[in-house]
Amino acid sequence: MSVLTTNYLTPTGREEAWRFTPLKRMRGLHDGSAIVGDRNSLVTKTGLPKGVSFSREALSPLAVSDDVIIERIRGEAFDVAHLSIDAHAEIREPIFLTRSAGALDTAELSRVRISLGSHAIATIIVENIGETLLAEDLEISLSPGSSLTFVSLQEFDAKSVYTARHHAVVDKDATFKSITVTVGGDVVRILPTVEFTAPGASAELLGVYFATTGQFFEHRMHVDHAVPNAKSRVNFKGALAGRDAHTVWIGDVLIRAVAEGTDTYELNRNLLLTDGARADSVPNLEIETGEIVGAGHASTTGRFDDEQLFYLMSRGITLENARRLVVRGFFNEIITEIGNEEVQERLMERIDGELERAGA
Amino acid sequence: MSVLEIRGLQVSVDTENGSVEILKGVDLTIKSGETHAIMGPNGSGKSTLAYSIAGHPKYTITGGSVALDGADVLDMSVDERAKAGLFLAMQYPVEVPGVSVSNFLRTAATALRGEAPKLRTWVAEVKSAMEALNMDPAFATRNVNEGFSGGEKKRHEIMQLELLKPKMAILDETDSGLDVDALRIVSEGVNRAKANNDLGVLLITHYTRILKYIKPDFVHVFANGKIVEEGGPDLADKLEANGYADYVSK
Ligand SMILES: Nc1ncnc2c1ncn2[C@@H]1O[C@H](COP(=O)(O)OP(=O)(O)OP(=O)(O)O)[C@@H](O)[C@H]1O
Ligand SMILES: [Mg+2]
Repeated sequence: MSVLTTNYLTPTGREEAWRFTPLKRMRGLHDGSAIVGDRNSLVTKTGLPKGVSFSREALSPLAVSDDVIIERIRGEAFDVAHLSIDAHAEIREPIFLTRSAGALDTAELSRVRISLGSHAIATIIVENIGETLLAEDLEISLSPGSSLTFVSLQEFDAKSVYTARHHAVVDKDATFKSITVTVGGDVVRILPTVEFTAPGASAELLGVYFATTGQFFEHRMHVDHAVPNAKSRVNFKGALAGRDAHTVWIGDVLIRAVAEGTDTYELNRNLLLTDGARADSVPNLEIETGEIVGAGHASTTGRFDDEQLFYLMSRGITLENARRLVVRGFFNEIITEIGNEEVQERLMERIDGELERAGA
Repeated sequence: MSVLEIRGLQVSVDTENGSVEILKGVDLTIKSGETHAIMGPNGSGKSTLAYSIAGHPKYTITGGSVALDGADVLDMSVDERAKAGLFLAMQYPVEVPGVSVSNFLRTAATALRGEAPKLRTWVAEVKSAMEALNMDPAFATRNVNEGFSGGEKKRHEIMQLELLKPKMAILDETDSGLDVDALRIVSEGVNRAKANNDLGVLLITHYTRILKYIKPDFVHVFANGKIVEEGGPDLADKLEANGYADYVSK
């Protein structure tokens, strides 16, 4: 066991990147006061198909990070859990990774690498479960022509704190699709970030989050168009119910001067199901060249639509069930993108349960 | 045998300039098997009457009563009214994103029948209801009313009428937006529901066209928030020839 070093600047809450986050509830992950335990909780859930390997090894980071917690993880944790897909492998069934252990009195500093060889195709589903204090540096590298669907499920128990960067480096003609689902935990802060390293790359960042009474969920996108002719789509949907439920969505998209032919659109929609909840939504598009295919963003925050509820109830459906249908319907567009019935139904049931607990 | 009794119904809506009275004392009694047509100028309050009976939250009841077989409808929540046997086919059916027609219909049928319909018979039931209204089976997997054309929305309403088997149905301009073939198909659906369930119908329309297929027993003229004249089917023809000038100028 060791105490986190404090060579890096500790966030005070005044920094742009930290201005929404409730630092007091981070259990010392942000300022180095958390005691680090020796857990490597990420494990494979089932046997791995041919062409896939999972091992722990020393790897240097793929990309620099300006996040202090990521820097600390890199300073402390040298073993990287590495899931690797061979070039040209086409893995049809999803590969499940899950968490084997957790604790709140000590922190886990986790480094993960997912790498796809050229023209490989795979779906990876990471189940973040249990009661844990977890900081994670997760990097994904997509070789030319490869295609990954990366599903990250935050189904933590109530007291968990999770802070992470999920960073994808997408090479020529590679396709990255991520679906980030956050429905559990006390504080969850995820930085889904993407950089393109060659033309023809594309990324689709999808996500849903549902925060109920007292929960804080932050998703802070960053898409860096640093090469020409890359495409990105961001679509996050959130619902909030109960007192002091708080979500933050930040969509930073940067189109650099060299990134001609960029095509990007980002969307965030929030549904406020009760009073007393707060959804912050900040799209931020920086454009340094006019020679692009398209760039846009939209952000909406709404409440239950009375007309929808009336229509459903006029067919005999109770208010409670009508609300459940509308919320399921709201999330459905993105949840179905996971493409795994069992996971989808489990998430929908969790959402039903959260809705019920919040009394919305 | 059911009776829907509307007595002295007064309804207002809240606007920026305070509350505005729309219904000014409506009296109407509808019995099982009867068809009552309501015709009246735009803005006279026909949809307000329909929505008020169904319980839309936008409308405030300021006087009068509505009873179905003696039970106080105005005291019921919207879903309780449906469970009591009321059905409203809406002038503008609502889109519900992300909720499939099949999920919606099954949830509604479960609520109204008190138990989930057996899967095998249910699938066949929905399929035949869709076929009867010339609806592509693909509609079952689409989201409720999302991207439906005007006419498709109306067929979807009548399909629900046939599946959910209410005692009393209010059809608010179900004929608007239907092509000639669809008008006949939809009318046949209403007539089947009448024949099979001894349905009472309150049919709101602007045109006598639909009354050639669905024969009304009574025609009511609605103007300025109330019924101003009542008669038999021939009253509809008179209205079509002369318009509402006689009623609105009063
Ligand atoms: N929120 C509102 N503010 C002001 N007036 C309203 C409001 N809601 C309804 N009204 C008015 O109530 C009146 C009755 O409307 P309603 O929809 O019942 O008419 P209708 O008879 O169904 O007309 P149509 O034949 O055009 O369907 C209209 O004059 C309408 O403008
Ligand atoms: Mg109307």
